[in-house]
Amino acid sequence: MPSTRDIRRRIRSVKNTAQITKAMQMVASSKMRRAQQAALAGRPYANLMNEVLAEVAASIGDFIHPLMEKREVRKRALIMVSTDKGLCGGLNSNLAREAAKFDKDATLYISAGRKGAQFVARTKRQLTAEFTYKDAPLFSEARAISHFARDLFTDGKVDQVDILYTSFISTLNQKPEIIPFLPVGEIKGVGANVHDEQPLAKGTLEFQFEPGVGDVLGALLPHYLNFRVYQVLLEAKASEHSARMVAMKNATDNAKQIIKDLTLEYNKLRQANITKELLEITTAAMAMG
Amino acid sequence: MANTLKLEIVTPDAKTYSEDVDMVTLPAVEGEMGIYPQHVPLMTQIVSGEVAVRKDGRDYFLAVGEGFVEITGERVAIMTDMAIRAENIDEAKAEEARRRAEARLAERLDDEESAMVSAALAHSLAQLKVKRRHHS
Repeated sequence: MPSTRDIRRRIRSVKNTAQITKAMQMVASSKMRRAQQAALAGRPYANLMNEVLAEVAASIGDFIHPLMEKREVRKRALIMVSTDKGLCGGLNSNLAREAAKFDKDATLYISAGRKGAQFVARTKRQLTAEFTYKDAPLFSEARAISHFARDLFTDGKVDQVDILYTSFISTLNQKPEIIPFLPVGEIKGVGANVHDEQPLAKGTLEFQFEPGVGDVLGALLPHYLNFRVYQVLLEAKASEHSARMVAMKNATDNAKQIIKDLTLEYNKLRQANITKELLEITTAAMAMG
Repeated sequence: MANTLKLEIVTPDAKTYSEDVDMVTLPAVEGEMGIYPQHVPLMTQIVSGEVAVRKDGRDYFLAVGEGFVEITGERVAIMTDMAIRAENIDEAKAEEARRRAEARLAERLDDEESAMVSAALAHSLAQLKVKRRHHS
């Protein structure tokens, strides 16, 4: 049977924890709002880019850009977009579960975010590069990642590159998702709503290119890939902060529940002690009298 | 037959412009290009400069950064890293940005940085050009 002092101490400690998780929840929720806005604001650009590229890809005929070259897949790379910090619910473990499905020997991992790198190291997989990205992802950070993956592909070190990230659906719902990155083939969008849409219409128009197909695609494809990574980072950030906010809210709620239970127990014990003392006093008085 | 063009200008931050217009003039890599409805489908790049839009007999101007344009008979889609309407350009700010970028360019920078600063410089120059031409 714990003494009243033990219970008091526990209540105090749980209260402190609740205060911390509450503060973290506040921080996450303000960051979440910003990250969600950024992710949503980027979508029109990404969608238009996808649309344009789908139309263009359909009308270039036999021209094959090095980034569109389909090869037999012997080696592949996976860009794993995780978080830097934990305390965000099952987000990273869900990602890790997906990442573990890839063949250990034939997959090179490129990690964005520390947790992903830790997972790769822990499971003794091949980590080729680790990138970081800030709370507000910068385009230059995305460019660095995309550039690295592109080099791997054009040097023939890998034959296919995919991206694994957490797609932002809503504050309460995020889902790990794998999207193809290289070679540029069928164009699919990034983001939650793309699954409901039909595949982007193949253009029936014959496009002309100015100055030439090679020049335009040579500029457009890298930009498209950079931007794709950028949008993925934005989505991943929005997911991370949403997941963290929800996790912290749950933690705060749990702490409050524990405080309530402990307070009840404390009061019961205190009452029992008082009753016991009264009993002792009255018995003593009766014995004396 | 459609006799207007749907002009869409999007940047990574927002959709800046989406309206039906009569004519668009844009700074393509190979020189200024005027687009009327029923233009042949075309894909090209633009450099930073001025986009002129004619709508209901009036001209509107925007400053844009580098990017890509997709032209079909009914639509002009511009994807760029900057797009500001002439009336929203802050001349003093653009001028200051230009000076800062020029000063930075004078320093020694690696390729990545110098590309970024050049882009910033091109942006502010485009803004200044649009602003000065039409409001001075």
